[in-house]
Amino acid sequence: MILLRLFWEFFKTGLFAVGGGMATLPFLYDMSARTGWFTQARLADMIAVSESTPGPIGVNMATYVGFETAGIPGAVVATLGLICPSIIIIILIARVLKQFRESKTVDAVFYGLRPCSIALIAAAGLLVARVTFLNQDAPAAGFNPAELLRWKELLLAAVLLVLTRFVEPLKKLHPVVFIALSAAVGILFAF
Amino acid sequence: MKLLSLFLSFAKVGVMTFGGGYAMIPILEREIVENRKWASSEELMDYYAVGQCTPGVIAVNTATFIGYKVAGPAGGVAATLGVVFPSVVIICLIAGILTNFADIPAVKSAFTAIRVCVCVLIFNAVVKLWKGAVKDKAGLVLFLIVFVLSLFFDISPVVFVLFCALAGVVLTRTGVRGK
Repeated sequence: MILLRLFWEFFKTGLFAVGGGMATLPFLYDMSARTGWFTQARLADMIAVSESTPGPIGVNMATYVGFETAGIPGAVVATLGLICPSIIIIILIARVLKQFRESKTVDAVFYGLRPCSIALIAAAGLLVARVTFLNQDAPAAGFNPAELLRWKELLLAAVLLVLTRFVEPLKKLHPVVFIALSAAVGILFAF
Repeated sequence: MKLLSLFLSFAKVGVMTFGGGYAMIPILEREIVENRKWASSEELMDYYAVGQCTPGVIAVNTATFIGYKVAGPAGGVAATLGVVFPSVVIICLIAGILTNFADIPAVKSAFTAIRVCVCVLIFNAVVKLWKGAVKDKAGLVLFLIVFVLSLFFDISPVVFVLFCALAGVVLTRTGVRGK
């Protein structure tokens, strides 16, 4: 039964996630909240592994969630679920490619979808950031705002942000470099 | 035979695609255009452009396009299965190994720090997408509506996608778009 549900959840993701790999993130976040198959912290780990291994990120994330939920059969079923809508939609579009590219309605639909896609990714990213930068298990008594924040994590984020956005030769490096760097920092400074 | 070579070629593309997106273009160019001559450079760019603005993972959409062009619907399926095959194998191996090592303190520390990096990567992805996605006031309003509602309410992303698709058509037809 869980395999059927996995297939259905990922079929929906493949059908509605527009705009590449990261666009699947809000759907996975939603899935985690509704099904409890995996935690939101695990989701961040899965993104890291998906970015650092061969293969498209969206596919890797589906495989990972499927594996976490129901082993190897889960991995296969989740991946098939994700790609089914693509196969159907693309085969339909391929027959009318020219009309599709020139259609005013298609253009109007995507004019609305693009801000939607980026807003969903931003919101899901913020929720991942919440688990990462806030102490979930901070003592509720004696509100001390300083204890609420995870300072080591924030400092690392600031460094990474500068490296990935402002340092010219580093900006173009593949994300896997920064993921490996973070892993080393985490072990070295016992995060 | 054609189906098998489609599967194998796209499995190769899948292994070499690191992270997806634009990284895939040069690899497709070499394997599909130069080696196999299954499509021209222009066709490839067309497929990639349409693959970007149709639902699903871009790499998968592009694979289906080329497979379909070469050998019909069965070709589309063979190419797509090929492009995801390496992911399934590699991720299952890594996930299986990681599950066994997840309780080691050093691994936990590493992943705590990696999560920070993931947040930065998501932030960078949003900044990069922003320019092409939010081009006018109406676009900004759509962004804010979806961002705020999805942050504070438990609404499925599907609802937002359907709403914004409709909004895009309405805003374009009524001439609000572009202001």
